[in-house]
Formats: sequence, structure tokens, C-alpha cells
Amino acid sequence: MKAIEAGLEEVGFDPTAPLTASGNLRRRRVVNRLAEWGATGSALLAVGVLAIVVYTVAARGLPAISLEFLTTGEPTGILPAIVGTLVIVALATAVAMPVGVLIALYLTEFASGGRIDRTVRLTLDLINGVPSIVIGITVFGLLVYGRPQFAFAGSVALAIIELPLIARGSQEVLLLVPAGLREAAEALGVSRWRTVLGVILPSALPGILTSTVLAVARAAGETAPLILLSSVFDGRSVSLNPGEALPNIPVTIFNLSEEANPEGFARAWGSSLVLLATILFASLCARALLARSRAGIER
Amino acid sequence: MSDRIGDGILYGLCTLAALLGVAVLLLIGYQVVDGASPAISKFGLGFVFHTTWQPNFNVYGAGTVLFGTIVSSFVALAIGAPIAVAIGLFLSLLAPKGVRGAISPLVEMLAAIPSVILGFWGIIVFAPFVRSDIEPWLHDALGFIPLFGPSQTTGASVFTASLILVIMIIPIVASISRDLFLAVPGDVQDGAGALGATRWEVVRGVVLPSTASGIVAASLLGLGRALGEAIAVTQVIGSGSAIHASLFETGDTMAARIANQFPGYLNELHAASLYYLGLILLAIGLLSNLLAQWIGHRFEYAGATR
Repeated sequence: MKAIEAGLEEVGFDPTAPLTASGNLRRRRVVNRLAEWGATGSALLAVGVLAIVVYTVAARGLPAISLEFLTTGEPTGILPAIVGTLVIVALATAVAMPVGVLIALYLTEFASGGRIDRTVRLTLDLINGVPSIVIGITVFGLLVYGRPQFAFAGSVALAIIELPLIARGSQEVLLLVPAGLREAAEALGVSRWRTVLGVILPSALPGILTSTVLAVARAAGETAPLILLSSVFDGRSVSLNPGEALPNIPVTIFNLSEEANPEGFARAWGSSLVLLATILFASLCARALLARSRAGIER
Repeated sequence: MSDRIGDGILYGLCTLAALLGVAVLLLIGYQVVDGASPAISKFGLGFVFHTTWQPNFNVYGAGTVLFGTIVSSFVALAIGAPIAVAIGLFLSLLAPKGVRGAISPLVEMLAAIPSVILGFWGIIVFAPFVRSDIEPWLHDALGFIPLFGPSQTTGASVFTASLILVIMIIPIVASISRDLFLAVPGDVQDGAGALGATRWEVVRGVVLPSTASGIVAASLLGLGRALGEAIAVTQVIGSGSAIHASLFETGDTMAARIANQFPGYLNELHAASLYYLGLILLAIGLLSNLLAQWIGHRFEYAGATR
């Protein structure tokens, strides 16, 4: 006992002393606190940037928006650009959605986990990583080179951008469809294609729609392909013809932002607000739908 | 009988769609190489590092824009990745569940802002602020490093472009790293906590080391996004044609130059040179993506055997 006490005294440790934080522990706590503040601050920074951008667009865009702005052509309004964007994105989605869903079905229903479906999956991720300007010059070279621009070429480019988003999103919800449903259909002697059309697709439909809406929201704001494929247009009158270059909102904003013209800036802010509000609203709805449908399938 | 036909048709359609997906990627590669071939045969590989780009004299080299692309992307990643990882830590480990549910979608919503709007906001609102506040401050504090020269007149600079790119890569890296951190087993963290580690020590000693490869993969995906962004960068980088040591000077990137000059190319060689830039961009983009996939795959594998 004596020896132990002597030993403790030698290393400067007094077991009877009250427990207080030594300098080292205090330092560790300070570092911990700083790290926590840093992480919280970073999250606040990101949310703050979002708030500032959205607020600026809203505050500067609202004064420009009027009934005339939304219902007439240039130079007072942007109706042709709104219609053009709708046409281009609708055609793109009409191409990308069936193909995307079929790819997702291939991956979930028919793929055997072999080399081929690894290749397909990797391909989707790689297409997702191709810069949109490169997709733009590709479609330009394939469809437009030596001819006047036309809006459907823009749709093709946007379809390539949407394809991996729809396919991967649909694949995720298809995987969530309970195996029990499939087995029940099989036990009843229902054939594969009837199972897919009658059981699997309907139960995955909300999720497929969600990923499609998210893809549309992404495509609607894409500018890089469209400045090559649908930028030489007449913004005064409404046109629905995808065989000619159609006015569209992203290119309108881009062109106005490159000119140093205060009136043009006002129109650009107004157009930005229309586009941003639509996109944020669509992606919020899609997220809400996704949360609900996930809860529905997993129940 | 009809069932067999139906099955066959469905299988055929699905396979066809999958093949179409692969064909699209091959077609992109083919078209970019094909479009670039006149420039490839004229300039060869020297194009990549040659720094003259003079359409009027039909002389083209990617050196300047390659430099601008690499500098702007890496500055963006150097600033953005730590912030994004910190956000991932906040969302996965610090925030109460309700706060996480509110802030996660907001961070992801940053990615939904179209780049043309971000670029427009960048040049009208953000660039003047960068020029009048951030750049002089950095110049005063760190001006002895040539990177931080005096600020220029408009605020359009490589640095402004990098900051805009930071906004674009944060949601990507943050949401991936949040999911990574959420997957770290709780009992390992609790074990470290029981040994007396503070929260930060748990993060540094357990969470970050076990997810390091995933974080690298996430950063590579962010880098790919930054390299290929054309529109927002065109709007704020000032389309300079020279290499400067200072980040506060104007510059240009490969994607931005394509977006700028392709719509009004002068002749076939000009277009081919822009395709050549697209080819370099595609190659770097696919490489960083493949590398990210590979690292991510290895990470999954390591996680499964542990």
C-alpha cells in the first residue's frame, strides 16, 4: 500500500483530488466544439446560399412579371419561349421515358447479374457523367451539321440527359416491389409479361413518375445543348413546330445575360423566376410523391 | 401461345432499350472523335498543350483552356469538398432527425437551380461582391502568393467561376457523403464514445477513415461536374485568352469555350478544334467517373467483408 502511494506521488497523481478537466481534456473539448460549429456552419452556409439565390431571383423577377409578360411574345413577353420549352421538354420525355423504363425493366426483370447488365448499369452512370455541352456537340454533328437548327434536335439531346436519371430512378423503385407480389402472380400461372404490365409496373408507377418529374426538372433548365441546337429563333410569335428552332427560356436568359442592357436584365430576371419556380415546385412535388409511394410499397 | 409471344416481345423490347443505351454512349464517343478528326490529323497530340488559340489564323491549341479548366475545377473542389463533407457530417451525425429531414432536401435543391440562372446571378450579384469584398481581402492577407493578385475591374474571374462551381458540387458531394456516414455501423461509434472519445474524435478516428475511399469517389463525381460545366462558367469567367498566375484574372475553360465559340464557328477546322476540346473533356469526364465507380465498388467490397 505504502509503495503504491509512493509511486502515485512520484508520477504526480493524487487519487483524492476532485475530478476536474485537465488542460488536455479542455483542449479536446474545444476542438470538438469547433468541429461541431464548423459542420453546422457549413450546412447553414449551403442553405443560406440557396435562400440568397432564390430570394434574389424572386425579388428581381417579380416586378417584371405581369399578365402581359406571360401572354405575349418579344419584346414585351416570353410566351413563345415558355411554349417552346414545353414542346422541347415534352418531346424529350416522350422519347426518354419509355426507353428508360424498359432499361430499368431489363435490369430488374431479365438481367441475370452477369457481365452484360453490369455493362448496362455502368453505361447509364457514364452517360450521366457526360458533360451536357458534349452531348450538345454530338447531337449537332449527328443531326444539325450543314442544316438549320431545329428544336427536335434539342429534344434528342435532352432525352439523352434524362435517360440515365429515369432508368436509374425507375430501377430503384422496381427493386422495392415486394417479391411476394411476383411470386403470387407466378403461382397463379400468370405469364411474365402480364405480371410486368398488370402487377409490377402499376405498383411502381408513382416512383417511376417521380423520377421522370425529377429528370424533366433537370432537363428544363439545361442550356448548353440548346444554345447549339435551338438558339436561332424568332421570339415574337408562338410556334409548336419542332422542325424549326423554337424559342426557349434557358437560351433566352443566357442571351439576355450576355447583353449589357438593363431592360433585358429585367426580362431575364422575370424569365429566371418563371423557370426556377416551376423547377423547384416540380421537384418538391416529386419528392413528396416519392416519400409517399415508398411508404406505400414498403408497407 | 400468346403468352409466349408476349414474353418474347417484352424481353425483346427491354433488351433493345438496353442496347440503345449502350449505343448512345458509343455514338457520343464516335461522333466526338469523328468531328475532331480534322484537328487531330492537323495538330496531333501537341494540340493538348499548345497555348495559342487564334481562329483568325487557323491556329488552335488547348493549353490555355486546359489550364483554366484544371485550375477552376481544383480550386472549386478544394473549397467545396471540405464544406460538403462537413455538411454530410452535420446531416448524418449532428442534426436531430427533424432538422435533417428539413435541411437534406434544401441542400439537394441547390443542385436543381439551373446553371444558367446561377451564372446570371453570379455575374450580376455575386461577381461584384467577390470583386469588392472577397478578392481585396484575400489579396491583402495572402497577396505575397501570386495566386492572389489585385482584383480586376468587372469581377469576372477564374476565382468567381470556381466559387460558382463550389455551389454546384456541394449538393452532389454532400448527399453522397451523408449516405456514407449514415452507413457507418453505430456500435463502432458508440464503442469509441465509450472509451471517452469526443464526437470529433469519433469522426476523425472512426467515421472518416472507414469512409475515406467513398469520400474520394464522391469528390471525383463532383470534379466531373465542375470540369464539364459550360454555361455558368462562360457567364462569370470573363472568356480570357491568356494564362495568368492570379486567380483574380479572367480565364476560360474547355466547356465554356465550346459553348462560346461553337454556335458561330468560322470554318471546319475551328469546329473540329472545338470537337477536339470536347474529346479531351469527354475523356477526362469518363475517366474520373470510371475511377469513382471503381473506388466506390472497392469500398462496397471492403465494407461487405469487414
